Amino acid sequence: MAERWFTTVVVVTSTIPASPGAPLSGTTATHCPYCALQCAMSLSPAPGGGAVVAPRDFPTNLGGLCRKGWTSVDLLTSPDRLTTPLVRRRKGGPLLPATWDEALDVAAAGLRAAQAEGGPDAVAVFGGGGLTNEKAYAVGKFARVALGTSQVDYNGRWCMSSAAAGGNKAFGLDRGLPFPLTDLDSAGCILLVGSNVAETMPPFMAHLAKQKESGGLLIVVDPRRTPTAAAADLHLQTLPGTDLALANGLLHVAVDEGLIDVDYIDKRTTGWSEVVAAVGQWWPARVERVTGVSEPDLRAAVRMLAAADTAMVLTARGAEQHSHGVDTVLSLINLALALGLPGLPGSGWGCLTGQGNGQGGREHGQKADQLPGYRSITDTAARAHVAGVWGVDPATLPGPGRSATELLSALGDGGGPRAMLLLGSNPVVSAPDARHVTQRLESLDCLIVADLVLSESAAIADVVLPTAQWAEEGGTMTNLEGRVLLRGHALTPPGDVRTDLHVLAGLAERLGCPTGFPTDPEEVFDELRRASAGGPADYSGITYDRLRSGEALHWPVPSEYSAGTPRLFLDRFATPDGRARFHVVDQPVPSEPVDAAWPLHLTTGRVALHYQSGAQTRRIKALTDAAPAAFVELHPYLAESLDVADGERVKVSTRRGEAFLRVRVSDAIRPDTVFVPFHWAGRQRANTLTSRELDPISRMPSFKVCAARIDRLAAEAAR
Amino acid sequence: MTPTARPVKVVVVGNGMAGARLVEDLLRRDPIAEVTVVGAEDRPAYNRVLLSDVLAGKRRDSEIDLAGPAAAVRRLGVRVTAVDRDAHTVTTDGGEVLPYDALVLATGSTAVVPPVHGIAGPSGTLLPGVFVFRTIDDCADIAAAAGRARKAVVVGGGLLGLEAARGLLRNGLQVDVVHGASHLMDVQLDALGGAVLRRAVEALGVHVHLGSKASLVTGTRAVTGVGLADGRHVDGDLVVLACGVRPETSLARVAGLDVDRGILVDDQLTTSDPDVFALGECAQHSGHVYGLVAPAWEQAAVLAEVLTGGDASYTGSRTVARLKAMDLEVAAMGEFAPGLEECGDGTEVLQFADPVRHVYKKIVVRHGVVVGAVLLGDLSTAGPVTQAFDRGTVLPADRLHLLFAGLRSGPPAEVQDSDVVCTCNAVTAGTLRTCGARTVAEAALAIRATTGCGTCTSSVAALLRKAAPTPELVRSTA
Repeated sequence: MAERWFTTVVVVTSTIPASPGAPLSGTTATHCPYCALQCAMSLSPAPGGGAVVAPRDFPTNLGGLCRKGWTSVDLLTSPDRLTTPLVRRRKGGPLLPATWDEALDVAAAGLRAAQAEGGPDAVAVFGGGGLTNEKAYAVGKFARVALGTSQVDYNGRWCMSSAAAGGNKAFGLDRGLPFPLTDLDSAGCILLVGSNVAETMPPFMAHLAKQKESGGLLIVVDPRRTPTAAAADLHLQTLPGTDLALANGLLHVAVDEGLIDVDYIDKRTTGWSEVVAAVGQWWPARVERVTGVSEPDLRAAVRMLAAADTAMVLTARGAEQHSHGVDTVLSLINLALALGLPGLPGSGWGCLTGQGNGQGGREHGQKADQLPGYRSITDTAARAHVAGVWGVDPATLPGPGRSATELLSALGDGGGPRAMLLLGSNPVVSAPDARHVTQRLESLDCLIVADLVLSESAAIADVVLPTAQWAEEGGTMTNLEGRVLLRGHALTPPGDVRTDLHVLAGLAERLGCPTGFPTDPEEVFDELRRASAGGPADYSGITYDRLRSGEALHWPVPSEYSAGTPRLFLDRFATPDGRARFHVVDQPVPSEPVDAAWPLHLTTGRVALHYQSGAQTRRIKALTDAAPAAFVELHPYLAESLDVADGERVKVSTRRGEAFLRVRVSDAIRPDTVFVPFHWAGRQRANTLTSRELDPISRMPSFKVCAARIDRLAAEAAR
Repeated sequence: MTPTARPVKVVVVGNGMAGARLVEDLLRRDPIAEVTVVGAEDRPAYNRVLLSDVLAGKRRDSEIDLAGPAAAVRRLGVRVTAVDRDAHTVTTDGGEVLPYDALVLATGSTAVVPPVHGIAGPSGTLLPGVFVFRTIDDCADIAAAAGRARKAVVVGGGLLGLEAARGLLRNGLQVDVVHGASHLMDVQLDALGGAVLRRAVEALGVHVHLGSKASLVTGTRAVTGVGLADGRHVDGDLVVLACGVRPETSLARVAGLDVDRGILVDDQLTTSDPDVFALGECAQHSGHVYGLVAPAWEQAAVLAEVLTGGDASYTGSRTVARLKAMDLEVAAMGEFAPGLEECGDGTEVLQFADPVRHVYKKIVVRHGVVVGAVLLGDLSTAGPVTQAFDRGTVLPADRLHLLFAGLRSGPPAEVQDSDVVCTCNAVTAGTLRTCGARTVAEAALAIRATTGCGTCTSSVAALLRKAAPTPELVRSTA
């Protein structure tokens, strides 16, 4: 049904040519619209409209840009841009152009109707980790104040929640990298777990190249020999989902070989004695059986880490996107703590944030359990402070709501909210068990989507609101090292496009909140500063002027006199007693083990030329020409045993559904594992296959492993 | 089974690795279960696998504790003397009577003391200087004796004996190993593997005496050596017995349960009494009594589920034996007997021996699945081989990968025009070849190649060299 609507809409939008935005006046300094590396770039006017991009020298990207960054401007003038609101005037009917007034009226009426029948929590808001700090803040405030609903969460739950929970439990604070990225350049050894930066954030590799030049060693843990793993001194090719056993095994070996930093453990941590006993149960032979990593490699990895003057343990989605993601993160933090790394200059544990504002997005209140400044919504003092800034009674603030996956699963027929506002996310493609989630979205009485293109999620909406792109508005982003960056407003958007802040203000006004939702990003930021003051992620000392002047401000920045905090934990951790906490964690039994019917491990991930759900990058010709389709990567041995050839189309299925993908034969992957990138929709959608099983603490789905099978197709279909 | 039908009171006899694991798994599944653990050793459960590390001085004994769940009641230093299956109670040597709904026997096994002349006094006490190597107390006793001893004799050249020998060496003792079979680790290795292992063990300074059993322990007030059946005598003032273990089934026998070598259990780990269960080294399932930890833990997971109303089944374990002494690396699993001459009819035997460097590898494949392997001296493929053995996963068509790590699979692939060389800028080899650039700098200017992260610089340079052969090369091929 979604496909029929989609077809209808393409006709409609294509009748409205996208007019290029107003021309630029001079060059604007900004940052890339995509990942958390937030490469610095400048935009200048293009002769025929739109903009020309050039990289800027900056500590994170060192003057580099990847292909996604170079081509990011192509989307500014794409014919696929939405330039007018669309409204579906009857269920099952087509999306048709509308005025902003009509669209906002319909949207507000939909939200009100749901609440009239089902109470405040009958509406939901779903945000994204790509939204600016200002928008993330406004989304949370809109949900709690304008709608009074507890049902707000965002797609960052699927990115950073496990690392965030792990960091908070161990250190009392979660900032992706607790040190500047440039600290990597001189690290004696880096253990990178579940990250393929060479493809996901290519300019990052320049830091690893510098590290190598300075004599540093790199260890990469990945089921695939990715370009990142190929650049490593040691590659540990684990079975997907077993990084926890690996970490416990590494720690076992470190104890075995006397490589533990006893003095550090004594002075800066608690909980070691329980952990040393627990990892005693992960002797190398047992780790081998679970992970597939041989004992000599385990020992080599630990020796490399322990011998280095400075060393880092870095995690990313490969380690974190599991139903035991938090415990996996904690196991790697245990290793870092036992080796005495966190809180020492040049060393430490960190996670590599994925989405553009994956860091800021998790700090300002669009998360179900959170208020701005990384405060807890269940903390009485935090509620009072934020309610004070918002000018409302603390008692009116709702409590914690459902997490992203649970929220989407509850929508409509799921017995939860009947109407939803969706911004900066495309869950039809990106949610786990996406077929199920799509059915829930379709069962809503009213789905309102704000987006710049007609994403797969917008295509099934009742109201679509065309919003501005990164270059067409101002705002701040917080990059993977906790540094707050200013995005310059470079040009005005085309057609009848408005910003997300305008959308929230327009809806709030119709919901009886005429004030409190400013549309000027700097005004929103000033309010955010006050709301975050005194919280863990304290932005109160950051101003647009300080950012414009080029100051490198890593939060917390508790006053305008503070120079920020590039390195956290140097003196103490953010726990009540100042000590970091070890946690006893154990590798669980796989919840979806492979068996005769589902004999393969399926893992999902990214390719170099696309970003997230592909809603943006699949509309850029240079990228789709080079990377036109999803595929299933499998080892030559597996191809041989399945009797399938490179390029052949096959059916990949799991207990959730099936995808039809071309085979890419590669000896870079384990023979028992297959890989599918998740940037594509329809029959190539990887998330049709993934599982909704959640981590008990972070509510992170198990994106990175499930049991699958591959079937050959009849000769015709296989071509 | 409904929740109310679950056993409320569980008594576990035995606080070893099997019993402790069961309690942990049980309370994780059902935090309100009333669990009482009775352990004969007067200390918390510990990780027996690491005992040889303690003997070798690599770990303190406090570092091998198994931290169990606080919710269990523990009776430590206490033995169960009787089971009244009709009354559903057990009685301890202190006279305490513990009622149960479910009784779990995790009594483990005891070290075998060979019945040789002079080994023990009339009361059954071992001659001073002679020890078994089973518990942490044994470990402490051996370590204390090692401090006073000069030369040790280990009776038994299996896994435990060799680990004990390694530990004693680290204590500075001269060590001899006496083994009745014709080669070391004969339960896990073929003769060639045993021969290579012997060279490795001897290279560490251990004297190995094979082919004749110990028949006599000499010494009156304290041990002075071990006599062999063939008349040889091996001097030593410390003797460690590593002659295997025997399932501890006496309580089960007295209680009238069906016992063979071990206590007989079915797929639910249930004994001949439906309210009594057994697991670990004391249990016998489908003819097997396992002497390793992994099967005991697999049984614990199943039994925890059974006791909390689940319908799990235990269907047997695949075991992998591992010699844990850092410079003596052996992994052995499954079948090792078939020789090269038995290849055919779906059976393949891969074998590699380098006795001088103490490396031996043998892999037995049947119908495309690894059914046995020995890796000695080089464990670089132990991870993949073990997983292939465990799971029957897809094997490399080129079997060499099972024996050696780091081999390329096939010749290096020719770079295709469609292959991306510079990831940052999506420059393909084809674009690079046709862009007109002759140097890296020209390629950077023309098509941005190498201008992102720069890690592709060397491959870009190589491709450019290949695309534009040097004049010399052109001449020579002309």
